Amino acid sequence: MEALLSLIVILPFLSATILGLSYLVDSKKNLSNTYYATIALTTPAIVTLLSFVLVFKMSTMPHDTPLYAHLFDWVKVGQLHIEMRFMLDRLSMIMIGFITFIGTLIHIYAVEYMQSDEGFGKFFAYFNFFLGSMLLLVVASNPIIMFIGWELVGLASYLLIGFYHKVSSNITAANKAFIVNRVGDFGFIVALGVLFIALEGQGFSFEAIEQGIGGLSHSTLSFVGALLFVGAMGKSAQIPLYVWLPDAMAGPTPVSALIHAATMVTAGVYMVARFGFLYNEIPHIGEFIAYIGAFSALIAALMASFERDIKKILAYSTMSQLGYMFIAVGLGAYGAGIFHLFTHAFFKALLFMGAGAVIIALHHEQDIFKMGNLRKVLPQTFIAMLIATLAITSIPPFAGFFSKEAIINHAFLSGHYTLWIIAMTTAFLTAYYMFRLIFVVFFAHSTKTYPHLIPLGKMIIYPLIVLAIGSATVGFLGIEHGFAHFVALPDRATPAPTHLLEYGLMGLNILVALGGIALAYRLFGTNPEPPKANIPIKALFIHKFYVDALYNRLFVDTLRSLSIFFDRVVDGAVIDGILGLLTGGYKDLGAKLASFQNGTVKTYATYVILSVSLMSLALIYLLEAQ
Amino acid sequence: MLSPDKFLFVAVMMFAIGLIGLMLRRNLFVVYLSIELMLSSVNLILATFSRMHGEMDGGVVSLLMIAVIAAEAAIFLALIIYIYRITKSVDSQSITQLTHKRDEA
Repeated sequence: MEALLSLIVILPFLSATILGLSYLVDSKKNLSNTYYATIALTTPAIVTLLSFVLVFKMSTMPHDTPLYAHLFDWVKVGQLHIEMRFMLDRLSMIMIGFITFIGTLIHIYAVEYMQSDEGFGKFFAYFNFFLGSMLLLVVASNPIIMFIGWELVGLASYLLIGFYHKVSSNITAANKAFIVNRVGDFGFIVALGVLFIALEGQGFSFEAIEQGIGGLSHSTLSFVGALLFVGAMGKSAQIPLYVWLPDAMAGPTPVSALIHAATMVTAGVYMVARFGFLYNEIPHIGEFIAYIGAFSALIAALMASFERDIKKILAYSTMSQLGYMFIAVGLGAYGAGIFHLFTHAFFKALLFMGAGAVIIALHHEQDIFKMGNLRKVLPQTFIAMLIATLAITSIPPFAGFFSKEAIINHAFLSGHYTLWIIAMTTAFLTAYYMFRLIFVVFFAHSTKTYPHLIPLGKMIIYPLIVLAIGSATVGFLGIEHGFAHFVALPDRATPAPTHLLEYGLMGLNILVALGGIALAYRLFGTNPEPPKANIPIKALFIHKFYVDALYNRLFVDTLRSLSIFFDRVVDGAVIDGILGLLTGGYKDLGAKLASFQNGTVKTYATYVILSVSLMSLALIYLLEAQ
Repeated sequence: MLSPDKFLFVAVMMFAIGLIGLMLRRNLFVVYLSIELMLSSVNLILATFSRMHGEMDGGVVSLLMIAVIAAEAAIFLALIIYIYRITKSVDSQSITQLTHKRDEA
């Protein structure tokens, strides 16, 4: 079993290497897409099978005996002992289960989506690499290895977001994602450093940290917890480090699906859940996390409500749903947070793949207000998208209902009523903007026809169907907190609700969602109008609260003017200036001295006499001084 | 007895006239005369101090100098004639071969 666990991580990296090398060697494009697709699809399929085998074997074992796979000792210097060792407990088991499964479906989908792209082989090399990095992050048994996976995920996302590298704005988006993530990673690595020093060499695997933190001071733990969360903010796109997420839509749609569903953005939530034992010691930092999550959820929902680009709407909805997850993990409901992560992976992958299908059918059109009536033209896509949308708006019995309800109820029961109100508002907005998308894209303009539609292939439709079934059913795993009990994370207890209260909250959730749908239908059901910035508050939403402009002003412009300052003033004026003064000074001095040699005897005579006079005067003064 | 001040005054005047002549005049003969004048003033000073201190050292040196000046005069005049042959002038400004030339630098 240890070998299986290692293989899960090693195989994707191996096939990424093979694909990458083939692509590099094959400069004349002799290798067919089939060759690349075979390798690229076999690996995730095998990895999925392996992870399912592990899941079934592990499910029967008690939850406190994780499986370890020791590969090698990486660093062993004094107190610093870092093993390349993988750990499979209930949490990482759930993670690898859905990462590999959904990752495989996205791979299948991508084969058709990227069919005509000339960088086909390169794309799948990156794709397998992305999957491998995420798996490494998830099964790491110590934070250092986790951090390696964390960074590799960032690198892979950079490569994939900038995949259409011929358009310079895509490169900017990729750079933005990478740089913003770097800010978060800085927090993460500093937190790890502080934690390592504070633990004084008691070992640095997760279980050793769990045993060791009891002896640490409250302030150290708060510091570490807050900084770790800065890392999560970057990866999981929370305020204030969310700005890269909408721009990351520059990548191909399968990339968006992979980033938003199975990999990357889930890393932050996973990391907080992984460090749940630490956050349980510092509930005030947890509350801070929950508030950041709540505000991110609300603001993302507001921005999504006024967005026109189909992929960006989904990007904001991801940010919003991640906000829910952070409310959960911040308030100590790790099981509920991971459950929402799990269900979200299904319906968000489905939404992105549906959106990708629409985009590719309409020749890369992304503005929803140029679509309409697609229900009749793309019926399978419509049904899949509708199921996913019902799931995200938490209409029972679809998946999102169970997971989101668990989070919202936890906020209410643990007495955080502000958070609860924000979460409810966001739920309303979620229903509104998601059904706005559905109505505008699939219902409105009921007479519109599409003569040049590109037909969708089987490899696009089948993954949609599988995910649609998943989105409709995986929620049942969460009935009676079954999922949370199974994951067995150190949840903080809340007072148990009465049955009346429980049903009341459930009914309220459904009512709020239905209200959002009704509002979306009223405004966009038949004849939708694109958002106009006719009143200031709407302009504020449409321009994303001017956050990008603010960041540009604050950070980009400052840095740019600083580098211009260094280029022109420090380098140009000061350093070159000093050198110029030295060389130019010698030249000028030489020219000035040379002019003394003018060939005129009279002048020379004057020099001689002046010099002799001066020497005589000096002599006289010296003699007098004696 | 005449006071040495008067001799020194005459010597300084001679030196000053020679100096001014050296610096202002362009004719090489006049320049030469000015130099001779300055040399003579120095001779006079030497002789004066020699007499003042009642020793003969200065007088001896000035006699030697007169001999040197005579030899120098021969060389100087020969040089002037030679310069005249090259430049067809006895103007000191016409000899500028040793000037630093900017564009050659």
